Amino acid sequence: MMEFINFYLIPGLVLGSIYALGAIGITLTFSILRFANFAHGETMLLGVYITYSLVQFSGVHPLIALPFGALLTVIVVLGIDRAFYKPFRNSPTIMVVIASFGMMLMVRSMVQFIWGVQLKGMTQGIQRPMIFFDSLRISPKHITIIGAAIVLMLAVHYLLSRTKIGKAMRAMSDSPELAKLTGIDTEKVVRMTWIVGGALATAAGVFLAIDTHIDTNMGFKMLLPMFAAAILGGIGRPFGAVAGGLVIGIVEEISSYPWIGVEPLLNPGYKAGVAFAIMIGMLLWRPSGLFKGKVF
Amino acid sequence: MSNSELQTVLELDQIIGGYGDTQILHGVSMRVDPGEIVVIIGPNGAGKSTAMKAVFGLLNLSGGKVRLNGEDITNMPPDQVVHHGVCYVPQTSNIFPSLTVEENLEMGAFVRTDDFRPRLQELYDIFPPLAEKRRQAAGTLSGGQRQMVAMAKAMMLEPQILLLDEPTAGLSPKYRGEIFAIVKTVNATGTPILMVEQNAKQALKIANRGYVLVDGKNKFEGSGHDLLEDAEVAEMFLGGGAPP
Repeated sequence: MMEFINFYLIPGLVLGSIYALGAIGITLTFSILRFANFAHGETMLLGVYITYSLVQFSGVHPLIALPFGALLTVIVVLGIDRAFYKPFRNSPTIMVVIASFGMMLMVRSMVQFIWGVQLKGMTQGIQRPMIFFDSLRISPKHITIIGAAIVLMLAVHYLLSRTKIGKAMRAMSDSPELAKLTGIDTEKVVRMTWIVGGALATAAGVFLAIDTHIDTNMGFKMLLPMFAAAILGGIGRPFGAVAGGLVIGIVEEISSYPWIGVEPLLNPGYKAGVAFAIMIGMLLWRPSGLFKGKVF
Repeated sequence: MSNSELQTVLELDQIIGGYGDTQILHGVSMRVDPGEIVVIIGPNGAGKSTAMKAVFGLLNLSGGKVRLNGEDITNMPPDQVVHHGVCYVPQTSNIFPSLTVEENLEMGAFVRTDDFRPRLQELYDIFPPLAEKRRQAAGTLSGGQRQMVAMAKAMMLEPQILLLDEPTAGLSPKYRGEIFAIVKTVNATGTPILMVEQNAKQALKIANRGYVLVDGKNKFEGSGHDLLEDAEVAEMFLGGGAPP
């Protein structure tokens, strides 16, 4: 039992929190800008490398460098929107999706060009897990990641439910046409969407880097589970994205628990397939997701 | 009958336009004076809603002028028109369904920079059912109440003029009467209203004046009462025979 919690459930929760943060950005972009942003994983990648450089440069803890890394990443993302997505604002969705695909390749190549393709570590050394009640083992970095993720999710909740710009984001997600007729500054809403998405993607990437390591394919590897989480929760439902992220993170991890006999139920190498299976299943049987999201 | 140019709130002067290459309006003229309810009626495809959209900058006019309080607002983009104090309630998708009633009204006040809460209270006084359901998602309300939200949302700006595109479309007769009563209430607070309506008879009863559009041109115009009495109008658009 404790083995299940320590080695499957807690890592699942950590991975799920990371997916959840990334999926919020995907679901907001999907519902407000109305396109599936393939470059979201690469936003995460860029955020990780910028934060990594800040850590190398200043020697501070990654969590302290994170806000500055997120700020710089958001500036780049806003520049990308201005230069590459804004000209497509009134174009058919497919053109923007393809543009984001191109952006994904460009950003990744750029990162590989600047920082190289070798594996890197965000933090040095190995952490000794803390032990509670003699048997519950949690490593401090996992506590930090889950705690920080909760704080960020509460911040998003506050933004969307209490602030004028957050309500305008939800309004535009309901109906972009009516938002314009109402006089809502839709470009401002779009900018805010990139800011929230970019900052959360950076956070998710840095948490993943703290938990594991840094490599230039991490953004792309995260893309599928993040999309699966957004679809599972329902497009346009940030809380759905959080729930979807947690479900997918936990299911991926516990899928390799030896449920039957002593062998893992599913070879850990197939973890990514679990997210894919959930996504396909949802699209087939319940495309609106768990929380009644939009269906395009 | 004719007021001086300065008094007119909204004026459409021989407007010509349509969507893409299809021309729908072939020189439509109308005006709304302070405090008036003006109704546009006519057969399907006559360009009623299109004329209204033209005011709001939703289609490109190739000719003619739209003036608001004498100022030229022809082909001004919708967000600018809102800033000038024209609010438009489309026929469908006129509320944000996942936002609460109160959030909908707040969004209506998006361009306001001052404190909108006194205005919110005023509107709750005009629309008591909305005050009751202020925390409820607008999408869960009945058709009539959604129309109330849509109108109240537009009224948050204290507009110079309110444009309503078929506010009673798809509503049962009971709600229709309720909506016309609300239109009168809103108008009584001093806001002039330009309204497109299919339920011509009922609409003309509450209207100061009306315009009949046919094939993108003015066909008749007159006071609500005169149009109701006019035998030709009655036969063509009010379902036969002048009322007794």
